Amino acid sequence: MGQAIYNILVFPGLFFLILFGWAAEFIDRKIYARGQKRVGPPWYQPVADFIKLAAKEDIVPEEASATSFKLMPLIAMASAVTAFFYIPLWTTEALFSFYGDIIVVMYLLTIPTLTFFLGGWYSRSLYSTIGAMRTLTQLFAYEVPLFVVILASALLANTWSLSEITKFYALHPHLWIFNLLGFGIGIIALLGKLEKGPFDIPEAETEIVAGSFTEYGGRLLAFFRLTLDIEVIVGASLLAAVFLPFGLNLTPAIGFVIYIIKVLFIVILLAVLRTILARFRIDQMLDFCWRYLAPLAFIQILINLLVKGLLLR
Amino acid sequence: MPKKVRIPVGPQHPALKEPVSFSLELSGERILEATIRLGYNHRGIEKACEERSYIQDLYLLERICGICSHSHSTCFVQAVEEIAKLEVPKRGLYIRTLIAELERVHSHLLWLGVAGHEIGFDTLLMFTWNDREIVMDLLAETTGNRVNYGINSIGGVRRDITDEQIKKIMKAMDTLEERTKYYIKIATEETTIIQRLSGVGVLSHDDAVKLGAVGPTARASSVDRDVRRDDPYAAYGEIKFKVITDNHNDVYGRTIVRVLELMESYNIIRQLLQNIPAGPIAVKAPRKIPAGEALSRYEAPRGEDVHYVKSNGTENPERVKVRAPTLANIQAVAHMLKDRYLADMPIIIAAIDPCFSCTDRAITVKDLGQKSEGLMQWGDLRKYSIEWYKGKGIDFSNLKKI
Repeated sequence: MGQAIYNILVFPGLFFLILFGWAAEFIDRKIYARGQKRVGPPWYQPVADFIKLAAKEDIVPEEASATSFKLMPLIAMASAVTAFFYIPLWTTEALFSFYGDIIVVMYLLTIPTLTFFLGGWYSRSLYSTIGAMRTLTQLFAYEVPLFVVILASALLANTWSLSEITKFYALHPHLWIFNLLGFGIGIIALLGKLEKGPFDIPEAETEIVAGSFTEYGGRLLAFFRLTLDIEVIVGASLLAAVFLPFGLNLTPAIGFVIYIIKVLFIVILLAVLRTILARFRIDQMLDFCWRYLAPLAFIQILINLLVKGLLLR
Repeated sequence: MPKKVRIPVGPQHPALKEPVSFSLELSGERILEATIRLGYNHRGIEKACEERSYIQDLYLLERICGICSHSHSTCFVQAVEEIAKLEVPKRGLYIRTLIAELERVHSHLLWLGVAGHEIGFDTLLMFTWNDREIVMDLLAETTGNRVNYGINSIGGVRRDITDEQIKKIMKAMDTLEERTKYYIKIATEETTIIQRLSGVGVLSHDDAVKLGAVGPTARASSVDRDVRRDDPYAAYGEIKFKVITDNHNDVYGRTIVRVLELMESYNIIRQLLQNIPAGPIAVKAPRKIPAGEALSRYEAPRGEDVHYVKSNGTENPERVKVRAPTLANIQAVAHMLKDRYLADMPIIIAAIDPCFSCTDRAITVKDLGQKSEGLMQWGDLRKYSIEWYKGKGIDFSNLKKI
């Protein structure tokens, strides 16, 4: 019991996630800044931002539904953290695991997006409402390709459990190469999920102020931002577990280092994409996701079916 | 969600750098109609000009705009010089033109960055603004200031340019030309930029003429109009340059026009520096300008700037009228916004390179509390304000009557 609470709250749970999330935010912002010939923030900037926001007054709009408005950041964070426990990190065994947990993780990762929608919707501000609508529209664009490529990887491993998937790839060390297309699609879909880079449409500053978060401030905004930081780590860990399943059978210390490198690699990739691309329009994003990303994801399924039929007999 | 929503963009909004109000009627993400309200920036500059001497006006008018400050001051001195029949020495004219072109370079680089920001491409913003510093440094070195240069005086310019500065500017032009070539490459090859810019904010040639668009906005709709060539002022008559036009008719075309104009500006600056004649830089101007009137045109970075000056033989002008380029372009914006996506709104507005505080020239004050819907005149306003302050315990009624 004590061990479980330690795992959930400290390592590799909440505390570790928050620290790693802040570190990833710093790396992201630093790379973004260096790519733009700026100096960038000092290492403690994410922590300082959090403390500053947390010290501010919470303001709930008069017309907003106060309970929902305040509850959303907490639900978002809770679901993002919960999803993390089912993802195998540096061993082939996740903290918790059961048959079918892959579906649960995917849905838990959708909940933060839904809370962004609901939070924006309950704010009753025009900009928030438009941002909320965009969040939801965007969700329909990237969610299908992301689901399909992750399921494609599961298909090859013939299981519905993330831990089983990593075990399978540990047994067949070179098969992950066939999933590289899926990894690329996963990265793009993750950009959409995190509302970053060319897909920061729901919070496009120059159009709709801050989208769903327009009316949020103080502690509530601090928690939303913390959720986004955590979501980066959870999303990157998920992609790392599914698409980059190597270095898992080594000693925990080396495995841990490899895991950190994998996640940071994805974080850096996201930051670089964010630096070099202009923001899409929502119709262009939908077009892109359905016309290119979704068919490519189905090609990934086809590849995996062929590999399964020809190589794994 | 109701079918139609009306959202306010402005007077305070992150997409706008200055207060102006757009009211957009939306159906989903699509803009059905856009109405524009100006008037948040009225500073009473024209009225203030009538109460100051010509020299004081020069500095006041320079502060109409924070970007094209030289445009307004040059436009004004040209009108005054025409009335006073002053012959400005060649070297003075060359220096004036040089500063004008440096100003165009910094304004267009600034615009490119703003355009990048409006389409969510901050990297472009940081890059161009970094390069813009080169021009800003040159301007600071030649005139003493980064924005409000204060180099014009009636009858010439106030500061001469040294050979060392000429060498430095020549060298900087090479760097900037190389950087601009890189931006041309980005603007014409980078997919996300082209996707966001082409087909957005279409203004056909006929509409551009009908709505009276000026500057790069008009030239991108293949309206071949440039005051520098059509009605040469300062040293432009002796310089060879092309007027850039484009037939894309959209924001993409406006981007192309501006980056190519940058290249043309480097060319003009080089010619100016190579051919700059020796001699005095200014003639002495009388304090009292003889009675008369003049209209002066000037191709500011944003388009044609017009100043009208009427003098009555005293130290102060009787009337000064300013028409900033944004006023000519603003009607085109409402036309361009129609039937576009909300996401295109910032870049469409930014594409005319708006300067709303330059534009606000007139304001009508209505007393909505009174039953009569009449306009309030200066005297009424004065009386009203004195009464209002009396209510607060302050008495202004004994102050000198203006």
